Formats: sequence, structure tokens, C-alpha cells
Amino acid sequence: MTTLDQPTATAPTPVASRDRPVRRELGVANALSHGFLLLWGLLTVLPLLWMFISSFKTNGEILADPWGLPGALHLDNWARAWTGAHIGRYFLNSLVVVTGSVSLTMLMGATAAYVFARYEFRGRQVVYYLFVGGLMFPVFLALVPLFFVVRNAGLFNTWLGLILVYAAYSLPFTVFFLTAFFRTLPTSVAEAALVDGCGHFRLFFRVMLPMARPGMISVAIFNFLSHWNQFLLPQVLLQGDESKWMLAQGLFALSVSQGYAGDYARLFAGLSIAVLPVLAVYVAFQRQVQAGLTAGQLK
Amino acid sequence: MKHGKWPLIVTFLVPPVLLYVFFVVSPYLQAFQISTTDWLGYSADANPVGLANFKTLWHDDYVWNALKNNAILLGLVPVLTIVLGLFFATMLAMGGRKGSAGVTGVRGSALYRTVYFFPQVLSVVIIALLWKEVYHPNQGLLTSAAHAVGLPAPTWLGDPATAFWCVLAVMVWSNVGFYVVLFGAAMSAVPKEIYEAVLLDGASRFTTLRRVTLPLLWDTVQVAWVYLAIFALDGFILVQLMTNGGPNFSTDVIGVRMYDTAFGSETKFGYASAIGVVMFFLTLSVAVLSLRVGRRERIEYS
Repeated sequence: MTTLDQPTATAPTPVASRDRPVRRELGVANALSHGFLLLWGLLTVLPLLWMFISSFKTNGEILADPWGLPGALHLDNWARAWTGAHIGRYFLNSLVVVTGSVSLTMLMGATAAYVFARYEFRGRQVVYYLFVGGLMFPVFLALVPLFFVVRNAGLFNTWLGLILVYAAYSLPFTVFFLTAFFRTLPTSVAEAALVDGCGHFRLFFRVMLPMARPGMISVAIFNFLSHWNQFLLPQVLLQGDESKWMLAQGLFALSVSQGYAGDYARLFAGLSIAVLPVLAVYVAFQRQVQAGLTAGQLK
Repeated sequence: MKHGKWPLIVTFLVPPVLLYVFFVVSPYLQAFQISTTDWLGYSADANPVGLANFKTLWHDDYVWNALKNNAILLGLVPVLTIVLGLFFATMLAMGGRKGSAGVTGVRGSALYRTVYFFPQVLSVVIIALLWKEVYHPNQGLLTSAAHAVGLPAPTWLGDPATAFWCVLAVMVWSNVGFYVVLFGAAMSAVPKEIYEAVLLDGASRFTTLRRVTLPLLWDTVQVAWVYLAIFALDGFILVQLMTNGGPNFSTDVIGVRMYDTAFGSETKFGYASAIGVVMFFLTLSVAVLSLRVGRRERIEYS
């Protein structure tokens, strides 16, 4: 650092003479790149803003002037989507299933990862790689047999089936990430607790699990978003009973029916209902969400 | 004390292993077995046919057409996303060069980062349905914008000539923000002194990006490449919801082929599993290849 500082301190006189054209070039480049940044920002926000504004317009207004503002706030679009198209029910369904599946994933993932990270026994590596190997396989390949496995277990068209499947397919990443995390925790605390006569189970729930909280939160956010956004698995495993559908399925059905009914405002309201809570949670916890989602790739 | 560990290992490990083997391992193994049968449906018999499905597949023009589209996606989506991601991340991290040696982000970089990440938290279903409306040939955002400035607008997703590129654009749109944040996080780990030194030497911004940032971020870029390649080989949900492979199969991808074969009008489970097996080996080889080709020496900051 000190060696670096010296040229800066003595530089002004020679640098200043050739600084001006460089500055101007930088100014143009700066304006250009600012323009690009702004453009991409608009590209990201505009479709969302358009969806939100359109959800308050009448269908006539949407057809006549897609870019216009609503004449009045037509909240009845939201009501038609929430109750008429059952988006409210699907929203709650998703919430129930995802709460269950994320809890199960975290419990199973954390316990398995803890064993892999902290205990020596024969065959440990084999079982660990069995889990982590799952990261390499696309869900697609399993889709057809999975359908029959779930049906033969009597879990077809049930939320329990969906919860178990979500959890099972999230285990590879969860175990991989949490094993690495448990390994980074200091061993001395655990040893001291064991010497003090703390049992193995108590040690895990009272000492190790609280220490692993930052890692747990990251993976939980990651799993929450991937379960919440799941479409393929419910589409295959929850086909029949409409009242049990997940939000993604409900939105898809809404979009399909819009093709016949021409009720654009209702579709936009439905999409807004699905987007707003997620976006609000993200903006409130953006540091954790960004860390949680990128952590998986940086490790 | 030593004996105390077994109850914990058993109770902690057995339930996850059972769940995993039942729902994940066994379907994968079955998929390979089913791919060598002519299984047609829910109750029909499955006769072993050896590699006949793979032979049919080799001569299936629809599969080749879908694979061609996947190949184009594979060639373009990772490059475009990574280039845009690196560009925006660089701008946000050190766009605002103040004075002769200050390396700071542009104004409002935190806001940009927040906004760019939006698509990442939205479900693919929402992205697909929203963009379907944006591309709507009558009252879509794009058509009316084109009409407003007096330009003729294509029918976007309705035209075989433009539909594929419209889908590709959405793929890039939905991914860039994530990589801006990912690369940004990696850049913040690079010591600032390096950039200040480069700047003092009078390097242009482009040179800095190519000669300094890229080599330092190589590991991250490589991981991004693998993930984006896997994404490009999939692309199923976006395509199924936006165009369902049409018009005239111009946006068809291998995932849609497989889904239609298994759960479409006919239930050719044997053939669909064969497509799945091919997808698996393609994904695996692409992942291994991109890791191999991109291998370089690791750089550690001392």
C-alpha cells in the first residue's frame, strides 16, 4: 500500500498535462455507460410496471391504449383474480406446501450434513457422494418414473407427496452446502461440550445448529424461492384436483382461460398478486436473498 | 463416549437417505431401464426393445430440430448473459472514476443492483406469462410502442422467423441480473490496489476488463458458464408457456419434445425416457467440457 501511495502523491504535475483529453474521453464513455445502465434498468422494470398499472385498467382501456394510465383504479380486477380465478386460494396452497417442504428440507439436510461433517464411520464418503451426485442429474430424466413412484405410494394429487418430492430433490444442494458450512465451525466448542457431559443430540440442537444459523438462512432462502417457483413437479404430480393447485398452476390456467375470455385485466391482477409479496420480501431482505442465491454458485 | 455417536448417526442419516433413495435415486435408475422398453402407457405392457428407441431417436427429425434450437441457445445465451453481466458489474463496481486514482462505483449502483436482480426472484412461470403479454401482437407493450413511432411490428411470438429470438431474449433478460450480482460479489473480493495500479498505468476500461478483471474472475465466470449451459439445454418452462414449441416447431426444445412425448396426446414413456437419457448425457458432457476447456491456474490474493 505504501509503495502504491508514493506515485500518487508525486504524480500531479506530470499527469495533469495529459489528463485533460483522457478526462474528456472518460466523460463520454461515462455518459454512454450510464445510458446503458439506465436502459437495462428500464428494460427490467418496465414490463413489471406495465403489468401492475394494467391490473387497474379496464379491458377496454388495455385494448385501446396499452401504454396509457387507468382512468380510475379498477380494484374489481384484483377481486376477480383473487376470488373468481381462485388466485387467493392457490396462493395459500403454495404457502402451506412450501412451508412444509422447506422445513422438511432444512431438518433432513441439516441433520445429514452434520453427520457427514462431524462423524467418522465406514461408508461415509459413499453416502455423501450419493447425495452430492444428485446435483449432476436433471429432474427431467426422473420425471416419468417419478410419476409412477409417487402414484404407487398413494401420494399422487396430494400435498404430502409434493412436499416429500420437493424435499428429496433439494437434498443434494442443501447437504452439499451445509456439510461445507458445518466443517467451518470450530471443533473446540463441540469438544468442550462433550467433555462437560452434553449428549450428542443436545450438542447438535443446542450448540451446533444455532452456530450454523447464517448458513441455514442462506440455504433456506434458496430453497424457499426454488420451491415457490416450481412449476414442472406440481404440473405432473398434482394434475387432477383443481382446488389443491399451486400458484404457478393457477396462473397458467388463468393465462390459458384469458385466451378465450379476453379478460386481460384479471390476468394482470393475478400476476401482480403473485409478484408483489415476493418482490416486497426481496426488497426488505435483499442482502440476505442475494447472498443466499449467489452463495450456491460461489462455493 | 465413543459408543454414544451411533444413535445420532442412525437417527440423523436414515430418514434423509430413505427419502432420497425412494424419490430420487430409484426414479433415475428406472429411467435408464424404461428407456430400453416400448412402454406406451399406464397399464400397457413394457417389452424390452434394447436400443430401438435410441435408433428411432437418431432418425427423428423433430428431435434434431429441437436439438438444433438447443444448440443455438447453448451458443448464444451464456455468451450474451456473461458479457452483459460482466459489463454491468464492472460499471457498477468502478464506473465512477473520480480523480486520477479513485476507484468507485457509479452513482445509484445499489439501486441498479437491486432492480437488476428482480427477475431472479420471480418464478419462471410469471416471467413467461408476462412476456407473452409484452409480445402480444395487438395490445402488447412492444407492438404498440412500434406503432407509436410509426414502425411496422412483427407478430413476435406468432411468426416462425422471430419467435425463437423473442424467447432467447427473455432467457437473457431473466438471467443477466443474477450474474451482475454474482460477478459484483466476486469483484469486491479483488483488492482495490490492483485496479488503482492498473489505472495509474493508463489502461483503458476495456483493457482493464479484459486483462485484469476477467482473469481474476475466471473461476466465477466458468461456474456461470456451466450453469448457463445447463439452463440453455433445458429452457423447457419458458418455451412451453410462451410458445409451446411453435409456431411450426420454430422454438421447440428437447425438454418440450420429451414432455410432449410422455404427457402429451400419447404416453410414449419408453421413448420419452430415451430422450431423457440423451438429455442427461448431453448435459453431463457440456458441463464436463466447459470445466475442462476453461481450466486455468487458480489465482490467490496474498
